[in-house]
Amino acid sequence: MASVCFYFQVHQPTRLRRYTVFDKSDRYFDDHKNSFVCRKVANKCYLPANRLILDLIRRFEGRFKVAYSITGILLEQLQQYSPEVMSTFDALAETGCVEFLAETYYHSLSFLYSPDEFIEQVDKHTETIQALFGQKPKVFRNTELIYNNELAALVESMGGFDAILSEGADHILGYRSPNFVYKPQGCEKLRLLLKNYQLSDDIAFRFSNRTWTEWPLTAEKFSQWINNVNGNGNVVNLFMDYETFGEHQWEDTGIFDFMKHLPGRILNHPDNDFKTPSEVIGSYQPVGTVDVPHVISWADTERDLSAWLGNAMQSNAIHELYRIENKVKKAGDEKLIADWRKLQTSDHFYYMCTKYFADGDVHKYFNPYKSPYDSYINFMNVLDHLDSRCSVDAMGENFFDLSQNKNPPCAQVVG
Amino acid sequence: MKVFMLGWEFPPFISGGLGTACYGLTKAMDQLGIEVTFVLPKMVAGGYATHVNLLTPQSQGFTTAFETTQLRNVKFRAIDSPLQAYSSPDLYQRQIEETLRQKRKMHAGAAAADESFSPADYAGDMYEEVHRYAAVAAELAANEQFDIVHAHDWMTYPAGIAVAKMSAKPLIVHVHSTEFDRSGEHVNQTIYDIEREGMHAADKVIAVSNFTRNIVVSRYGVSAEKVEVVHNGVEDNGRDDWNLSQAGIEKDEKIVLFLGRITMQKGPEYFLYAAKKVLEVMDNVKFVMAGAGDLMHSTIEIAASLGIGHKVLFTGFLRGEDVQKIYRMADLYVMPSVSEPWYCPAGGLAERRACHNKQPKRCFRGFAACAES
Repeated sequence: MASVCFYFQVHQPTRLRRYTVFDKSDRYFDDHKNSFVCRKVANKCYLPANRLILDLIRRFEGRFKVAYSITGILLEQLQQYSPEVMSTFDALAETGCVEFLAETYYHSLSFLYSPDEFIEQVDKHTETIQALFGQKPKVFRNTELIYNNELAALVESMGGFDAILSEGADHILGYRSPNFVYKPQGCEKLRLLLKNYQLSDDIAFRFSNRTWTEWPLTAEKFSQWINNVNGNGNVVNLFMDYETFGEHQWEDTGIFDFMKHLPGRILNHPDNDFKTPSEVIGSYQPVGTVDVPHVISWADTERDLSAWLGNAMQSNAIHELYRIENKVKKAGDEKLIADWRKLQTSDHFYYMCTKYFADGDVHKYFNPYKSPYDSYINFMNVLDHLDSRCSVDAMGENFFDLSQNKNPPCAQVVG
Repeated sequence: MKVFMLGWEFPPFISGGLGTACYGLTKAMDQLGIEVTFVLPKMVAGGYATHVNLLTPQSQGFTTAFETTQLRNVKFRAIDSPLQAYSSPDLYQRQIEETLRQKRKMHAGAAAADESFSPADYAGDMYEEVHRYAAVAAELAANEQFDIVHAHDWMTYPAGIAVAKMSAKPLIVHVHSTEFDRSGEHVNQTIYDIEREGMHAADKVIAVSNFTRNIVVSRYGVSAEKVEVVHNGVEDNGRDDWNLSQAGIEKDEKIVLFLGRITMQKGPEYFLYAAKKVLEVMDNVKFVMAGAGDLMHSTIEIAASLGIGHKVLFTGFLRGEDVQKIYRMADLYVMPSVSEPWYCPAGGLAERRACHNKQPKRCFRGFAACAES
């Protein structure tokens, strides 16, 4: 038996506008660009892909199933700029063949820096999904499939989740196959689903690559590869960005046609089926425990954090961002907290990545800045202003504290 | 009196103080009724160039006349060339490649590729381009009447020599900085040789300070009586109407400003190491680094790795009003230049202007030119 488990990541960051030291406005985000990109991606990807998935679910009368993880900040943007996309997601939710996953609302790296903030963001996302689509997420995926034992333990301790997703990286699996259900090291109840990066990336990255020996990739060929898993695996986890359809792989590559024919081809084999992540863990028992002491992710060939935290700029920016967490939360201003959280979106740090900067590759495609240095400067200017808002907001409280202190400390005189 | 002047840059298209200095100089000469033909390389690609000019037949293939309303006795002649002030052979190479790439992109699809866009338009390396530039300048000079040739810094020296020889007119070379100022003791031998040749071929050498004059005499072996010091002046732009509340920075905070090219000569890393020390003892201070340059990226990286990135803000290259604004915002102006050929009270052009703006309240500077403080 080979089950195919599709999970699509759906995300757009809220990009910052150009912000200089001369700026003093608390409008940090480029509404124009964000709405432009949101509408563009909606037209090229979200709308046609949603309609296609909906058609497939109807055509196969419930035998075709998929899962989505849609970030909170994209949902906000869709509601504002492309409400028609929201209605197609509603329609998908109503089919009963679509599972929605939980993640951090702001697509953040908060797990690495602040467990409290992480939990708050996951809760916010879970509540949003429940309110919008009427289902409470039971499966968790962390930003960029960032994962280690500690994360699994934290997610299990939060209760409410049955499984967690991550990358089927070679260096953690060794000889083992990603095509089974596993148990995270140190967890009792939680299950671990690992991405089959070979087959996932055949679609997400290699589909239109004409130098690839398997080009052109047809639904028939791909379903053969799925059939080959029969007998030595239970499930093929195909995890990818939803923007693969129409945005990363343009429509003229034939990606939509490929997807249109794939379910039929796969279901031609009597032993194959489609399952959502929750159905997968309901159907298959874990075959072993996977130990991930060090952090992994699904990014680049390194499968580590170097795309977000690989250089001094990234590390400095993110440390400063989380250093002011208490200050921001104490100030008690909802808008301030929301702005601070939007700065946590991993994309901001990805833009600062200097890896492959010289070559100009996939990193560059997604980068609205001319260089990683520009993005760092811009981010730090915004952060500086946000920080100044905290001090102004907190001033009243400090004044109160001082007046209570019978022995106020002397101001330090310098120079 | 008519002067044939060879420069690198002129406002508003400037990357450093040289363009500003040339502007001030020609403006003053203009007021004295001296006629100046100002020749400068015009970048063919990039933000400021217009391909339209390049293509018009009136442009005679290689030159276009500048328009200016302020300077009545000054005539501008541009030579299409990718030479830029403060460039280096590496930067030049990258820029040439980028220019050619852009052109190919622009003309891809056009049935017949215009021949004027062949790589032969530019010499493949910077030194060759300097000599190609000299040849074009000499050709241009053949149609001009003048009494003196005046060349600013090394890139235009070969052109100055060529024009002076061809016209049998005296040559003045104007030394704003030398290779020793820009590169410390790691001088680029080719550039040094060009500088030396220009200074020796000149009838007079103008140095911007005694400090520079000493270098010209001691390092380039130029006879002392040939070298005159002419300090740069400061121009009052009459603007005094900008106030702090327009800036986004709260006033309970002190601002320390670095303004200049972010390059070895200006010592940007010393600014950061000093900032780190200051931040260890006080928190309500911010460091603003205004300017761009070849060390921009590594300077940003140093700030980040010192963990003071949140206290060091970069503005990129500023011009016009933004320069005034940033001076006004600053409480202290620090220029840690390792070499500043300019005359004090406050060294480099940026510093002179800083002091002139009444703010910041204090200026501190590097050690090199203090002999003239």
